[in-house]
Amino acid sequence: MDITRRRLLVLLPAAAVAWKYVQAGTPEAAPNYKIAEHWWGMLIDIPKCIGCGSCVRACSEENDVPDGYFRPWIERYHVADWKIERPHVDSPDGGKEGFPPTEEIGGKNFFVPKLCNHCEDSPCTQVCPVGATFVSPDGVVLVDKNYCLGCRYCVQACPYGCRFINPKTNTAEKCSLCYHRITKGLTTACCEVCPTGARQLADLKNPKDPIHEFLKTHTVQVLKPHMATGAKVFYNGMDGSVR
Amino acid sequence: MQIPVEGFMYPNEVELQWSVLIVLYPFITGLVAGAFILASLERVFRVEAVKPTYRLALLTALAFLLVAPLPLQLHLGHPERSLEMYLTPHRSSAMAMFGFVYLWYLMAVLLLEIWLDYRRDIVLKSQSSTGITRLFYRFLTFGSSNISERSLRIDDRLGYTITLIGIPSAFMLHGYVGFIFGSVKANPWWSSPLMPIVFIFSAMVSGIAAVMLLYMLSTRLRKKEIDMRCVDKIAQYLMYTFIIDFSLEMLDLIQRIYEADESFRSLDFMVHTRLWTSQVIVQILLGTVTPIALLALTQLLNFNEVIRRRIYAIAGCLTVVGIFAMRWNVVIGGQLFSKSFLGYTTYKMSFATREGLLPAIVLMLLPFAFLWVLVKLLPPWPDARTASASGTAPAHGTT
Amino acid sequence: MFKDTEHLIRLAVVIVILLVVFVLLRAAVVPKSFGQYGHYRGNAITEIAARTPAFAGHEVCEGCHIDVIDQKKLGRHANVPCEACHGAQAKHADDPTSVKPQLPDTAVICARCHEANSAKPRGFPQVASADHSSGLACNTCHKPHQPKIEDEPKSAPAGGKK
Repeated sequence: MDITRRRLLVLLPAAAVAWKYVQAGTPEAAPNYKIAEHWWGMLIDIPKCIGCGSCVRACSEENDVPDGYFRPWIERYHVADWKIERPHVDSPDGGKEGFPPTEEIGGKNFFVPKLCNHCEDSPCTQVCPVGATFVSPDGVVLVDKNYCLGCRYCVQACPYGCRFINPKTNTAEKCSLCYHRITKGLTTACCEVCPTGARQLADLKNPKDPIHEFLKTHTVQVLKPHMATGAKVFYNGMDGSVR
Repeated sequence: MQIPVEGFMYPNEVELQWSVLIVLYPFITGLVAGAFILASLERVFRVEAVKPTYRLALLTALAFLLVAPLPLQLHLGHPERSLEMYLTPHRSSAMAMFGFVYLWYLMAVLLLEIWLDYRRDIVLKSQSSTGITRLFYRFLTFGSSNISERSLRIDDRLGYTITLIGIPSAFMLHGYVGFIFGSVKANPWWSSPLMPIVFIFSAMVSGIAAVMLLYMLSTRLRKKEIDMRCVDKIAQYLMYTFIIDFSLEMLDLIQRIYEADESFRSLDFMVHTRLWTSQVIVQILLGTVTPIALLALTQLLNFNEVIRRRIYAIAGCLTVVGIFAMRWNVVIGGQLFSKSFLGYTTYKMSFATREGLLPAIVLMLLPFAFLWVLVKLLPPWPDARTASASGTAPAHGTT
Repeated sequence: MFKDTEHLIRLAVVIVILLVVFVLLRAAVVPKSFGQYGHYRGNAITEIAARTPAFAGHEVCEGCHIDVIDQKKLGRHANVPCEACHGAQAKHADDPTSVKPQLPDTAVICARCHEANSAKPRGFPQVASADHSSGLACNTCHKPHQPKIEDEPKSAPAGGKK
């Protein structure tokens, strides 16, 4: 079938509207994106994660993440018997190329995908001396790489280890929840490629969002709740051993 | 370079964020605060005995304070943007607010106090010197050559007030550095309400020891007689401050061991392995217990001058090394363990890079170069006297 | 009286001048959009949002590749997004005729999901590839868009079952 750009636009009006802005590279978000109507989060369904590393690779490609640094990553846990305070964890190259077969036998074994938790009471934005990292009005913690000094205070303040300094720009960097995608009606790169639906974007201001619904009806947790960061990445089926 | 990791660390944690330059920074500001407190002992608390070190302490504080921002500039990813901290400071950030505390301390306290104390000498030198130095002194006079009795008395009163304000300012200067670390809830090695207090007292210890050593060394180099009454007093203050500092650190340690929260096993392992030499051997045994013991000996037993001077010199040197080790253990130690409490990394300090050992050494030597220049321009020696035109003695200042 | 405080007055004037310079500097240098939404540059939001996506999203693929989608949605890979295996294809969607995607190598890509690992969920289809296919590429027997092998064997597979 002879595919032309025009036919593509005719076939998919909704995607086409967003796509036009993508192609034009215009600085505004798509015109039907109202910043005040969204409050973004994510759901991670641990029993569904297969540790394939697609999310890590996709983000790398989508966001030009330098080698050896990680925006999302995957951890593999081995919990022997009842000893949830002493798990054995590994994350070879962040899980980017998947995981080699494990020697651990028995016990509980599972994968935990991780990323920036886009905290409501974010400790990293609290400590930034100049206002280069901030919580956007739609709940995404972002970094202004044209303003960042590279002092690394935010990297120290993050309890989850999700920040790093990009060696090319010498500024702080981390998962941006694919802000350039979600403001155009797309989902994040990691959620897009996840083959099992272990990662799903959530709009906590949208009552019709099925993930938002899921959060209201299932037992979910956040990482390090005692830090009171207001984390908005929720984990379904998370074991007590997860750090 | 491949960084050896033991156990599990979050992937972004493996590389250390804050290098030896960030160890240097609290060390240097600590010396500033400590030197200033020693100076204020004389001015505000009227401890006559330490008067010979008054001006030297102020100049030492200034020399180190001028160097203090340099390790930070070398460390920043974008030093050209550092002005942003003054233009758009984020009020919730301890680091941003510290920029103003530093500026306040430098301008409103230290420079002002030095200027007021030296003003008579500056005016006299602006009349007696030649060439570029004459221009320098004339600039410092702000165009006013009034050194009448009354104006000097006004200076003295103002200087007293500034020193009074300066004492809490000095505490704020270094307490804030402690707070920059102590307020990071993500890091259990740092997060503690005791951190600012520990930093203040260890700053005082290092500053007092540094001024004592500088006084003894400079007096020797000038082939003059060391005022033993002065040095004995300083050593006494050093000992008492050190006892308080040591008690605070032991309190923190004992509490940690007893409460044994989720981070304890990981931190304990780290101290027993990666931090054993720098913490237990250098900081605690050599850098704290030994100097306290030596100083206590001089208080309890009657040694002659020569032996006392030797003991003070050894104790002073060990103290300064010990406090540097303390900064190292706080900054580097806080980054050697994983926030998952399941692993450890290694600090690979390079040599001739922007944040390597070489710039650290240069930055440690630079304050002495600055001090040398300051001492030449504004001699702090008790016996250096500028010939005064009117013959009036200064209200305060040199003995 | 003023004569004796002359030096202090001059100093005060210098301080005031420095403060004025600071205020003027601030007005000139601080970016105009700073403070628009909060303590940060408002333009940063638009700058970050302006980035061009690398992944098109499966809805875009479905617009053209209807035949593949029809096949895929009946099989086990119905919910596997296209770009999970085919990589980022925004450039291809932008200019389908001149940008041709490279076919993924099944010897590498299938193993990432399906190589047996004790940490994978029990019910998830996984095999130890050495025993299962002894080194043959997965698409020797499996069709990626409809991976389940039908009951009638078409040609003799190397060994083992899915």
